[in-house]
Amino acid sequence: MSDVVEKTLTALPGLLSLDSQSTKLSSTSKLGNLIRGITELTSKHEEEKLIQRELTSIKEQVSSPNTSMRQMKELMVRAIYCEMLGYEASFSYIHAIKLAQQGTALEKRVGYLAVSLFLNESHELLLLLVNTVLKDLQSTNLIEVCMALTVVSQMFPKDMIPAILPLVEEKLNHPKEIIRRKAVLALYKFYLIAPNQVQHIHNKFRKALCDKDPGVMTASLHIYLQMIQENPEGYKDLTTSFVTILKQVVGGKLPMDFNYHSVPAPWLQIQLLRILLFCSTIFLCRDVAALCIHCVSLFFYCIQPLSSFPAILYESAKCIGNFVLSLKINLKYLGLKALTYVVQQHPKLALQHQMTIIECLDHPDLIIKRETLELLFRITNAQNVSVIVEKMLEFLPFLKIMLCCCIIYTLFIVLILFSYEEYTYAPDNEWFIETMSTVFSVGGDMMQPDIPNSFLKLLSEGFDSVEEDRKLRLFAVDSYVSLLQGEPGKLPQRFLQVISWVLGEYSYLREELEAATVLRLLAKLLDMKSTSSETKSWVLMAMTKLCEGGAGVSVTQEVCETYGSSLDTVLRQRAQELQHLSQDCELRARVLPRGAGLEPLEVDSSLSFLDGFVSEALAAGAAPYKAPHQRQEELAQAKALSLEPYGLSLPISMSSCSIADRQSPTLLSVSSGLSGDSPDLSHKGGSTTLKLDGVKRVWGREGYLSEREPVEESAHVEVPSPLQSPSQQGEADSSQSQTLTPIPTPQPEQEKQQLASSLFVGLGSQSSVCLMGKSESTTQRFRRKAKGTVSSSGASEQISNSLASTPSTANHLLCNNLLDSNITSDLAVSSLEQTSQLSQGPAAANGICDVELTGSDMSETSPTLIRDNGVVAADPAPHEDPDKLKDLCLRTHLPAEFSGLCHSEITPLCTNQTLDFSACHLQKEDSLALVAFIYNCILMFCSFQVSCVCDSPVQEARSHSVAVCQYSLTVKRPSVHVEVVGTASYQFPAGTPHSAQFSYKLPLTSFIRPLTVSTEEYGAMWLDFSHDTKQKLTLISDGQEPLTDTLNVLKKKLQLHVVEIIGMEGIVACRLLRDQPCLMHCRLHAGTLSVWLRSPVPDLPDCLMYHCQRALQEH
Amino acid sequence: MIKAILIFNNHGKPRLIRFYQYFAEDLQQQIIRETFHLVSKRDDNVCNFLEGGSLIGGSDYKLIYRHYATLYFVFCVDSSESELGILDLIQVFVETLDKCFENVCELDLIFHMDKVHYILQEVVMGGMVLETNMNEIVAQVEVQTRMEKSEVKLSRPSG
Repeated sequence: MSDVVEKTLTALPGLLSLDSQSTKLSSTSKLGNLIRGITELTSKHEEEKLIQRELTSIKEQVSSPNTSMRQMKELMVRAIYCEMLGYEASFSYIHAIKLAQQGTALEKRVGYLAVSLFLNESHELLLLLVNTVLKDLQSTNLIEVCMALTVVSQMFPKDMIPAILPLVEEKLNHPKEIIRRKAVLALYKFYLIAPNQVQHIHNKFRKALCDKDPGVMTASLHIYLQMIQENPEGYKDLTTSFVTILKQVVGGKLPMDFNYHSVPAPWLQIQLLRILLFCSTIFLCRDVAALCIHCVSLFFYCIQPLSSFPAILYESAKCIGNFVLSLKINLKYLGLKALTYVVQQHPKLALQHQMTIIECLDHPDLIIKRETLELLFRITNAQNVSVIVEKMLEFLPFLKIMLCCCIIYTLFIVLILFSYEEYTYAPDNEWFIETMSTVFSVGGDMMQPDIPNSFLKLLSEGFDSVEEDRKLRLFAVDSYVSLLQGEPGKLPQRFLQVISWVLGEYSYLREELEAATVLRLLAKLLDMKSTSSETKSWVLMAMTKLCEGGAGVSVTQEVCETYGSSLDTVLRQRAQELQHLSQDCELRARVLPRGAGLEPLEVDSSLSFLDGFVSEALAAGAAPYKAPHQRQEELAQAKALSLEPYGLSLPISMSSCSIADRQSPTLLSVSSGLSGDSPDLSHKGGSTTLKLDGVKRVWGREGYLSEREPVEESAHVEVPSPLQSPSQQGEADSSQSQTLTPIPTPQPEQEKQQLASSLFVGLGSQSSVCLMGKSESTTQRFRRKAKGTVSSSGASEQISNSLASTPSTANHLLCNNLLDSNITSDLAVSSLEQTSQLSQGPAAANGICDVELTGSDMSETSPTLIRDNGVVAADPAPHEDPDKLKDLCLRTHLPAEFSGLCHSEITPLCTNQTLDFSACHLQKEDSLALVAFIYNCILMFCSFQVSCVCDSPVQEARSHSVAVCQYSLTVKRPSVHVEVVGTASYQFPAGTPHSAQFSYKLPLTSFIRPLTVSTEEYGAMWLDFSHDTKQKLTLISDGQEPLTDTLNVLKKKLQLHVVEIIGMEGIVACRLLRDQPCLMHCRLHAGTLSVWLRSPVPDLPDCLMYHCQRALQEH
Repeated sequence: MIKAILIFNNHGKPRLIRFYQYFAEDLQQQIIRETFHLVSKRDDNVCNFLEGGSLIGGSDYKLIYRHYATLYFVFCVDSSESELGILDLIQVFVETLDKCFENVCELDLIFHMDKVHYILQEVVMGGMVLETNMNEIVAQVEVQTRMEKSEVKLSRPSG
């Protein structure tokens, strides 16, 4: 090894000449050797080998007892290097902590650096660092204090903050500025991760704000920005101070040091402006902002905050103009961004810059292009939509190679769909279908799943004119058939799904097109390797619709044979359906009537046609049906807690209410209205859809108009050009281009101007429809043309949103189209009854088609059910405070055996669209029980399994009901907080399995129980135990007998058993569940309590000590 | 807040990696790779900002980078940071490095990775900008260097 080192040294002359000390040399050279070795390698594989070798050698050396701290420091740098290259060196973490703990200042520095690079906030080893940090914070060496503060602000376990908070607080008064500054930032970090714990030192922040050192003041602005953002009203009194500071800064009162390229402290100014923005005192702001704007260079920095000051909008618009025109590309970009921001309120501002914007469209930088497109998107209106969409289409191929495309895609598609919905926007049907095809084939699988759904919905619901609808669909069929005849292998999956749905549904419209041809095309899709099984099931569904009249028998037969035995259950089911329906014409006509989207479909959702079959079977001696979870429960719990654990989800009074519905149509419409609205509201907080339903979307428009008029006048006075008088603009394209550039222009220039006039047309005109898409919502915004009842539209939207991308989407989507929007009152009521039957258990949804229909049917009414059934009482807006209500409701589900015990708060663990998973824990005498609640939020059965400590049996949860599981927990290895981590996996009947991760945190104290021993036994045990820790704790000294008081507090808070108190000493015992003892010896010593903990279990004394400390601090 | 600071060379070899938000080791490497991929493809005459990705913290993040000779300095920040502010901060950081190393080059960064980290710690602390005043930063670094020297001197007779 050493001769290699020698060689390396000679090979690296000069590099190492800076430090000629021998120790330094060898240490650097080892790292140098490694680096050199790596640079010489050619393949990743060799590098891997070399690093592994290196890591082994580091590992050997760090664990050797002979390694000095100095060598350790060098080893640690090498480990950091390896980690940077992406090779884990986890063995060195503990040594890094040791180095920080035991080394001298220099070694400490490396140790701290390594720790802060290796570990993260939640790493368990970090707890071992707490004491070191405590010690260093108290050190007299400034550098050590700095290091400690740095590491604290990088990462510190949240629970340990109280331990060091007083020390950090103290540092706010430190004579050295750098310490004060770091302390302020550390406190800011604490504020971010645990705001409650720094509540009491807000006054000290004020002191920091008034600090004589500008650096400390700057640091304190971080905190104020955060606090003012959260509570703008609370800091009104400080506004004047901020303004004064800003004025001083702008006025050049700071030392020259703070100037950056002759701008006085730009960073400080940005920060101050941000704060002032939130302070909402317009007058003051106007004053200041105007001040800043004159200092143009400053404007570079805070273009965004400044452009949002309404008072100086026009001044800032002028500045933005300078930006956009700037030759410096960074400034151009920022200008465009600011413009995008501003035009949302004032579209007219874009007019001044139209030529620049056009130029930016052709800019070689993709980022600039993207920003320009976003800007255009913001100014889209009726007249310019097709031009803008065209421009965006040109941009599409580039999107693939950038990371930022998803958002643009979504915006883009929303735009197209919207334009078509508005009808007058889109040039024609062909354009629409072709554009969508392009977008689908390019954007493909990157777009959000609900986009294709809304496209299909638009197709199936159609518009007011039947003839137009027919043409549109016909064109879609034609275009898709030709696509499939081309190279379908290149199309993305989502697009294939759309194609197969459209062909299945509408190919009959094209009479000369034979079903057999289409079937063959579809079958070709199935054979392709790249086709996903989700797409395959779409294709099979489409084939089922097409196989009428024995068309393409051979093809269907072949397909059925192939997929009839598929391992994928969904595919197999589809294949079976196809087989049966292709053979039975009559059944087919009933199940899948042509053009079903327009006709009402009656569904016997109570499965009454099976009644005969069931009663026969019962008569023949069959056992009545029980849902699987019921069967399991009965097996599991012989003592039968309650046979109807979910009974209360449908109180009797409510079912009578539903009967009333049947009699009174008005009531029904009310309730169905509710069912339609509630999913939307709960999803989006009722933000977009409903308000947009009106014909005029006037939000912000009124304000804009009223505000614009005076401004417009002034514009007239200043620049009397046609550009500024928008009402003429539409008519005067040619004159406009002349006004823009009076000199004769070359050909490309003219093209640009034409483009400009088409892009910016209608921007100023009063009559133009309001711009769309200010917010990035997607389907919610679409206005619905179909005049179905609210209930069906709401529900179907809900379904397509929440279930999109699971295979069952196909079912729902189709069902929703099959079902008519007019749901008769009978249907609603019958499904209501059916649901109630379901929750009592006897009915099963087994049939193939019936399942789908039932599914969608339930979705129509269930929201009403939830609302009514008392789980979520009759609150008009239950989603406003769901947690509280849920908590209440979950409480009722606590198993009866626990009713007497107090339980912790029910904490939500993970929530998604389908499951709501919460848990609480209960302390029993001999165990700790964890009770988990699974609330099934959606409208289907779902089976699930929770695995954490051990796998639980598979259970089933019905729609909107709660399943309860309980576990008994024990601790294997003690730590300050015990975290239960697990996954809940769940599956819908016809769906792929999903899983959700959760973690639940408990303090160790939940596992501590008193241990009753005598003093003799205690003495015998004491000597046996090997692990111990000692620490001094604060005494509670307000009473007569501090020792007894303190021990009593511990006893009460931590459930310890006080064995005996003899004079100045006390002995205490406890155990960790189940039987791991821990003994504690306390002794009064010089006003503190020296505590000595011993246990056979490693880590237990340390952890318990921490909790004792906390308990006494909190007292 | 600054989420991460990455320095890598023209070939994507990392020279300094500092994350202020926790990411698993493999994710970190992925972020480095993808960032390099994005940044290296851009000419020197295009803008220094990249936006709208989903690597770190969803859409609320942008990359601000500068390219010096063989090295890329990339800061990943969230929307609360000003683009030009960060761009100039990179400049301040590099100028500071230049002062501390006297004509800094890639080799300095490779062989004194730890020292670069210490300098960075004086500029950015826990994701927040600590100091933008170059003289102040250099002064702090010098205090540490002095300590280093004195300690070496102390240990020399004994070692």
